[in-house]
Amino acid sequence: MTNASSGAASTFAQLVTMTKYSFLNYLRARRFLVMVTLVALVNVILTVAVAYTRSAVFLNSALAFYGTWWGGFIDIFILLTVVFFGGDAISGEFQNKTGYYLVPNPIRRSTIYIGKYLAAFIASTLILALFAAFTLANGLYYSMGVPTQFLESFLFAWLYLLTALSVTFMFSSLFKSTSISILITILLFLFVFNVVDELSTVLLKIEPWFSITYAEGIIANVLNNPFPQHYVAAVTTGPAARFSFPTYNATIVEGLAIMAIYLVATALLGLVLFERKEFN
Amino acid sequence: MTNPSINIVNLSKVYGSFTAVSNLNLKIEGPKCVGFLGPNGAGKTTTLKMLTDLIMPSSGQAFINGENVHTHKRAALASVGTLIETPEIYPSLTPREALNMVAEMRGVPRAERKKRIDEAVAEVRMAEWMDKRVGKFSKGMKQRICVAAALLSDPTILLLDEPTTGLDPRGMSEVRDIVKSLKKRNRLIFMSSHILSEVADVCDEVAMIDHGKLLVYDSLANVTAKFSGGGNVVEVGMLKPLDPAFITSNVSRIPGVVSAEITDDKSLRIKYTGSLDVQANILSELIKQNIPVLSYRPAASALEDVYLNLIKETL
Repeated sequence: MTNASSGAASTFAQLVTMTKYSFLNYLRARRFLVMVTLVALVNVILTVAVAYTRSAVFLNSALAFYGTWWGGFIDIFILLTVVFFGGDAISGEFQNKTGYYLVPNPIRRSTIYIGKYLAAFIASTLILALFAAFTLANGLYYSMGVPTQFLESFLFAWLYLLTALSVTFMFSSLFKSTSISILITILLFLFVFNVVDELSTVLLKIEPWFSITYAEGIIANVLNNPFPQHYVAAVTTGPAARFSFPTYNATIVEGLAIMAIYLVATALLGLVLFERKEFN
Repeated sequence: MTNPSINIVNLSKVYGSFTAVSNLNLKIEGPKCVGFLGPNGAGKTTTLKMLTDLIMPSSGQAFINGENVHTHKRAALASVGTLIETPEIYPSLTPREALNMVAEMRGVPRAERKKRIDEAVAEVRMAEWMDKRVGKFSKGMKQRICVAAALLSDPTILLLDEPTTGLDPRGMSEVRDIVKSLKKRNRLIFMSSHILSEVADVCDEVAMIDHGKLLVYDSLANVTAKFSGGGNVVEVGMLKPLDPAFITSNVSRIPGVVSAEITDDKSLRIKYTGSLDVQANILSELIKQNIPVLSYRPAASALEDVYLNLIKETL
């Protein structure tokens, strides 16, 4: 074998390497194919349904079209994407022992973490872009044009994806079992945040500004004109029984701020957890 | 090339009430192969993991080539090839991609990468599998790729944790040959193993550990001389068969020799009492008697004696 000096590439080069091969791994994984198929399937069903029914819900206006097509479905696809690409991204390094191949190299753990995160983000972005492409193609077919609100909504969805992946990676760093970390992610995004939002809104009547799913509302809300405000619905069931049900909607600034805080906080926490986690 | 070194200073690892490694001190310097022996749960793998950033020490420090593994990991592991437990590779990658990944991380120049990878893969006899997905490989095949990854950057130090685990007999023999060839290329190899004959075959020195504490660290010859209970044994390989009568009459008369027995046509097993001087004297006497000695080494069974004497019970 060649007797050449051995060493380590620069941290940036290692980050590129880590991202490149993790992305390749995502791209070839069955779950990527599953996500592409799901996106295609839902969009084909929508395409056929709208073409057949010519429903006013979709075709009334450009904002109605994009709000129903894109705003009505993209959150669930973001949830599926982060579960598929982030749920076991770090825990898998422990359970599947792939970490034993990577960590004993002259590479910082943070480089591995960020590289995997970027790879998951790029793979998830492809799914997001595929959904957006179907939406746009149909929107253009029905002469809806491309409203700036749709572009804003896409950017908000992209930021939400970045943040949700960061949250998922953090939880993935907490566990060494892939099934537990995936389950926790699903429970968290599908139930826990939503239940907390509801309890805060209905029982405590407090705006759930601490919840990432509350912030995510801006993705669909930006496609409404006017942008939804807070409001309180009063219900009277008798002379003495009067109930009020508030509905809170994060403003765009609030939504972006909540996402940014979640992104930074969970990224830092996830990195610290991975730095300290032991392979035993 | 600088003198490769591993320096373990008061290294401890505690899990709750269980101490896996206790104030371990071990300094290994220079090109050689050191066998790291001990029963299950003795702390071998824990020590190797602390040397490779897989786990953090509870106290103490580990230095490789003078660099602290935990504060300067990139510098410390820059010239280290590792094989700890049985690593897994991303299943959708091919060996070529998995090895390219390591080569890129380690800064192997693009122009050299292909050659290095081809050489490493040829060494572990996996050339024909280069473009198949790793996910379909057997444990032994993955282990070979991981051995290739450890060799890829031509490291000055190799940390191997039971490197022949999961390999078939041919694979085990090939890994032993690789270790021997690395020794010839002035590398420092620190290798844990349960296979005493393997250690006796390839290692120059042994470190024995039990309950997280170092029991002994010395040359194989010194360890067997000091701690072997029922006399020492050397195995002599000869270039050609010799007359058994000649052997028994002449070799048995060498001072210190208790018995000399022909194990096969070209192998001789000499049991003796005494120190390393006696062992050295036997060799020079054999040569004086024109016995065509091809190899001369302490027998694995002597190491087994030492092991059983020093390590009284296992977990």
